[in-house]
Amino acid sequence: MHFGLTEEQDLLQNTVRDFAASEVPAARLREIFEEGSGYDDSIWRAASEIGVTGLFVPERYGGVDLSLLDLALVFECLGEYAVPGPFLGHSLATLALVTGGSDAQRERWLPGLASGEIIGSFAIAEGDAIWDPEDWALRIEGGVASGAKDFVEHATGAKLFVVGASDGQLALVEADADGVSVTATEGLDRTRSLGRVSFDGAAADVLPGGPAAADAVADAGRILLAADAFGGAWKLIRATVEYTLTRVQYGTPVAQFQGVKHQLANLAAEAEPMRGLIWYAAHAFDHIEKERAHSAAVAKSHITDGAVDIARACVELHGGIGFTWECDVQFWLKRALFDRTWLGSPAWHRRRIANLGGL
Amino acid sequence: MDLSYGPEYDAFRADLQAFLSQSWPPHGNEADLDARQQQQHFISKAVAAGYMHRNILAKYGGSEQPADPLREAIIGEEMEASGAPWRLGAQGVGMIVPTLLEVGAEWQREQFVEPTLKGEYVWCQGYSEPGAGSDLASLRSTARLEGDEWVINGHKIWTSDAQDASYMFGMFRTEPEAAKHAGISYLLLKMDQPGIDVRPLRQLTGAVHFNEVFFDNVRTPANWIVGERGQGWQVARVNLKYERNLGGGGHTRRSYHALVDLARRTTRGGRPAVEDPEIRDRLAAIECRVRCIETSRMRSLSAVANREEDKVGLSMLVGKLYQTDTSELIVRLAYDLIGSDGLLAPTDATWGIRSQGRSSDWVDQYLFSLGGAIAAGSSNIQRNIIGERGLGLPRDLRAS
Ligand SMILES: Cc1cc2nc3c(=O)[nH]c(=O)nc-3n(C[C@H](O)[C@H](O)[C@H](O)COP(=O)(O)OP(=O)(O)OC[C@H]3O[C@@H](n4cnc5c(N)ncnc54)[C@H](O)[C@@H]3O)c2cc1C
Repeated sequence: MHFGLTEEQDLLQNTVRDFAASEVPAARLREIFEEGSGYDDSIWRAASEIGVTGLFVPERYGGVDLSLLDLALVFECLGEYAVPGPFLGHSLATLALVTGGSDAQRERWLPGLASGEIIGSFAIAEGDAIWDPEDWALRIEGGVASGAKDFVEHATGAKLFVVGASDGQLALVEADADGVSVTATEGLDRTRSLGRVSFDGAAADVLPGGPAAADAVADAGRILLAADAFGGAWKLIRATVEYTLTRVQYGTPVAQFQGVKHQLANLAAEAEPMRGLIWYAAHAFDHIEKERAHSAAVAKSHITDGAVDIARACVELHGGIGFTWECDVQFWLKRALFDRTWLGSPAWHRRRIANLGGL
Repeated sequence: MDLSYGPEYDAFRADLQAFLSQSWPPHGNEADLDARQQQQHFISKAVAAGYMHRNILAKYGGSEQPADPLREAIIGEEMEASGAPWRLGAQGVGMIVPTLLEVGAEWQREQFVEPTLKGEYVWCQGYSEPGAGSDLASLRSTARLEGDEWVINGHKIWTSDAQDASYMFGMFRTEPEAAKHAGISYLLLKMDQPGIDVRPLRQLTGAVHFNEVFFDNVRTPANWIVGERGQGWQVARVNLKYERNLGGGGHTRRSYHALVDLARRTTRGGRPAVEDPEIRDRLAAIECRVRCIETSRMRSLSAVANREEDKVGLSMLVGKLYQTDTSELIVRLAYDLIGSDGLLAPTDATWGIRSQGRSSDWVDQYLFSLGGAIAAGSSNIQRNIIGERGLGLPRDLRAS
């Protein structure tokens, strides 16, 4: 029995942390945040070089052939450094092809996706709350798609969309196909850009794995969002510990005050028990299919909800400076809010937990 | 990740299940014995079969099995599931036995360990005093060496099980001149003797499980000291370590299942409460926390089994506070579910979570949960420990 990380997994996390520390120093993160594009070519390329873009892709298509657990561990580190870029949408598009694509589709797309040359995205939301495959209304008839998708990550830069359609179907639509139009949306989290993609009779190539793959990819998304939020939560707790140890009031670092110490202790007590939820959900995704949906919903609802609470407390503990645009804490607050909202709210996931858990 | 225990352990579990179905509940003549005797019979069989007191040498009454955290975990799971009375008084088996085995004198181990394991000696813990709670080292009850005996005077409080105990282990001030922590010694004493006055204290729940204990020239032999004079504080730290280990995760899952049952049996607006969206939301939120506790426990078990304890330090540190908060959420929801039955007097469900059938049992649990935030290091003290040891925050300023 081993419920812990292997040496290779520790190494993987260290590699991603080294990459993030050198490619996304605080000043660079600030610049990208100010620009608001949510994307930086050199970061994307550096991430591709260490295998992040093809982590889950089989070796024969140029990937690293690791598990969702490994990808979740990578997302924890991306969250910790608030690494800008369309890692989520790209990973989910890639996963959709790996789990639901035909050989020909994989052959055609996976090598480019794995190397990062082609950026993929996962286009599923319709209107303000429709994340669930059961509710998708976009129609695919006669090989063309009609409808629109909101909150699509990196919509203006992605080359390939995996689109959710009615009956839980998934289809590939190329961004430069006729009938595809993209508009950027001004998003809250400026480390990840969003847009709206309209399909007006655009050529669509349906994935044979269809509904089953859609459910699996959505579960993977839930786990990855949870991992991102978890990494961010610990980053903020550590940063706030540092800040309160240096900020002096009443002649002493404010960390000396028990009110501050206890707030921070409560945050740590909330955060640390989340770690096992991610491991378990990712492990279930990889190996225990019957527990996949439930444990993914548990991780997503509990961790993204809790991470927002943690981020709010960390803003408060920074005092006035925490309330400013100049304070970096906002990067992680906004990232946590993205993680909480994308793919559906915690309350919506708790409804699923109750249903899936036989209540 | 590898969540399976492997074939060797599956076989071990199957053998244990077979043993349990043979030995609990008792049948034949044993069925007529009283509960205490049934427990003693069960335990001696379990020790003989190597399922209990595994890390204790046979000469002290243990079953002397090689250390194996996975087997320990399987035993815990199966014993809990069987309902067998395998848990003996927490103070005895849980605290004084490991303390004596770690720092006691050889004759103390020989004299006290085996009867304690068999349930013949019942212990109580004499630490807290009216003036010394969280700040335990400020305790003032004294012991003075006269010839070959300690003479003890003072007053302990909140002493669980003192009314049934045959012995007490406790801390007493033996070196009045020494600094606060250095003046304390760790003594054992007989409860049944002149000069000891045990006065029951009624708890919030209405039940009587803890007491005040007054000492008026109470005597105990000079060598009934654990560790050296003035080292009582260090001995107690050994002991507190074991006290913290007592809170496992298995209770929370059972408690959650009992809560779900309650939500099925009670109604809201004429329908089973479990169908009500608000109740479902709260149940799901609690389930998430229960999963946090269970997966944290899996992490700890894995860390011990694979010698990676350093990776779960923080997780262990936050465990008690998280457990307390989760238990509180469970009983708060239960209290809402029982509705106006919340007006009923609590029934004494005693320690642990055995009988959560009736509404009045839940009233008892609702009140009882408050003890978790106070006993064995209050929640604020836990926050201090997490902040200082876990996050590296400064220690409190202390009045000198
Ligand atoms: C059910 C139950 C069983 C018990 N059984 C035993 C037993 O068998 N033997 C035994 O010796 N004792 C026992 N106790 C006593 C228990 O250990 C003490 O109650 C506990 O240590 C707290 O001490 P106190 O009651 O004096 O509270 P105090 O220490 O007076 O605390 C009062 C409040 O102040 C807070 N506080 C205290 N110090 C600080 C600080 N430094 N920073 C922030 N907040 C602080 C506490 O959190 C608490 O909320 C038991 C208690 C309970 C509830």
